[in-house]
Amino acid sequence: MTMKFFGFVAVVVVGILLLAATGDFPEWGDPHSPASEGQVSSFYIERTVNETKVPNMVTAVLADFRGYDTMFETVVIFIAGIGIIAVLRNFGDGAAHVPDPPEPDEGSDLIVRSTCRLVVPLIQLFALYVVAHGHHSPGGGFQGGVMLGASYILLALACGLPAAKRRMGERKAITLAASGIIIYAGWGVACMFCGGNFLDYASLDPLLPGDKAMARSHSMLVVEIGVAFTVTAIMFAIYSNLSTRGRLEKGL
Amino acid sequence: MIWQFDIIILVFMVVAAIIALRVKDLLGATLVFGIYSFLICLLWAEMGAVDVAFTEAAVGAGVSTVIMIATVFATARRSRD
Amino acid sequence: MEFLAAGFIEDHIVPKFNYWIYVILMMIGLYAMITKNNLIKKLIGMAVFQTAIILFYVSIGVKEESGIPILSHGQHHAIVDEGRPSEEVITKEKFANPLPHVLMLTAIVVGVSTLGLALAITQRIYISFNTLEEDEILDQLRRGGHD
Repeated sequence: MTMKFFGFVAVVVVGILLLAATGDFPEWGDPHSPASEGQVSSFYIERTVNETKVPNMVTAVLADFRGYDTMFETVVIFIAGIGIIAVLRNFGDGAAHVPDPPEPDEGSDLIVRSTCRLVVPLIQLFALYVVAHGHHSPGGGFQGGVMLGASYILLALACGLPAAKRRMGERKAITLAASGIIIYAGWGVACMFCGGNFLDYASLDPLLPGDKAMARSHSMLVVEIGVAFTVTAIMFAIYSNLSTRGRLEKGL
Repeated sequence: MIWQFDIIILVFMVVAAIIALRVKDLLGATLVFGIYSFLICLLWAEMGAVDVAFTEAAVGAGVSTVIMIATVFATARRSRD
Repeated sequence: MEFLAAGFIEDHIVPKFNYWIYVILMMIGLYAMITKNNLIKKLIGMAVFQTAIILFYVSIGVKEESGIPILSHGQHHAIVDEGRPSEEVITKEKFANPLPHVLMLTAIVVGVSTLGLALAITQRIYISFNTLEEDEILDQLRRGGHD
């Protein structure tokens, strides 16, 4: 009870302080607020298309101007996935554990299984489209990767975890996650070999078709594919470990 | 930016957050939290942050609801508060 | 008194009502994190807190007359293919600020993977203590029997 009381007092005090601070915020939607007037965001809005030929500013800023940020966010996702496996993964106690008999795509219901068979390829196709078309429309590596991972999760929910594990085993998932980061970082190192800085895509101009701006545009696609690999694998690894208490057997 | 639309979604969000935290059945709480995520996604689409809205629809409303449900099924479903 | 309250609402709450609601959401999350007994409820509170912060960040980038931060096909064509200077084609006020969107996009995805890690630790706690209620876990810890 005392905890509740002190918690409430703390929340009220912090809330009043924050509400008092709202008076100093700029007006809602003010185009001349400090955040929108600043050099950086004006540069992003006005110069992105000249420098990278990518109409979607968010993708351009994400994968090119703030490439370091995105790379280490991807590493954080990878580390979180490895952490989940380290905390929860249970390899059983060796001989005492009898493996389940191999079951053919067992699942709840014929209708659910058939619908899943029909829908999963469509989801995966759309996810690939989202990754590839992130330059021109909302989307990119994170969204596409999550959708690809969600398609495997759907498979695991409808047909049982073994069916999904045959397509995306644990070893495969970790390899895929690591290879995503290696693609991202390797592309940055490739820039260094071509005489630029780390993740300075413009220096890859001799290797890629088009001029410097097109080289940056193409490099963004490569980097997004790397991000998508990592996110796909880690999302599925998170689900498969959490739904089975780390045993990776039956699933929900 | 339509402020009427904005305020309706924001009020729904506060309601959804309070319900998610008060329901004693954890499965219900998780599902109401999924609703909260969809509302926030709607709000972002309305603010012009389409990439963020897309991410939230895929991640916040999709995957995080699923992994929370997975945890609820792997542990206890009832909560005392 | 009534007049004062109405004036306060008109001067301080109405122009900044979204900021007020963000603060309310944030405080709901904080209160849940402090006082809730169940670990999953605490995590839901944490997620509410997190979304309130993300909401605040994204709303900084909004401009009154702005659309989405993606160039239309015509604008893209005019700059890339016809070579017109971008300052001429793009008006800054017509585009939402992309910088907060980028920062928060990655924050959401990282948020879900850290939520997954938190849920994994929750499951580990459940395996060890067979409960998710904080006070019961503390009781078991006080009685000993756990290393």
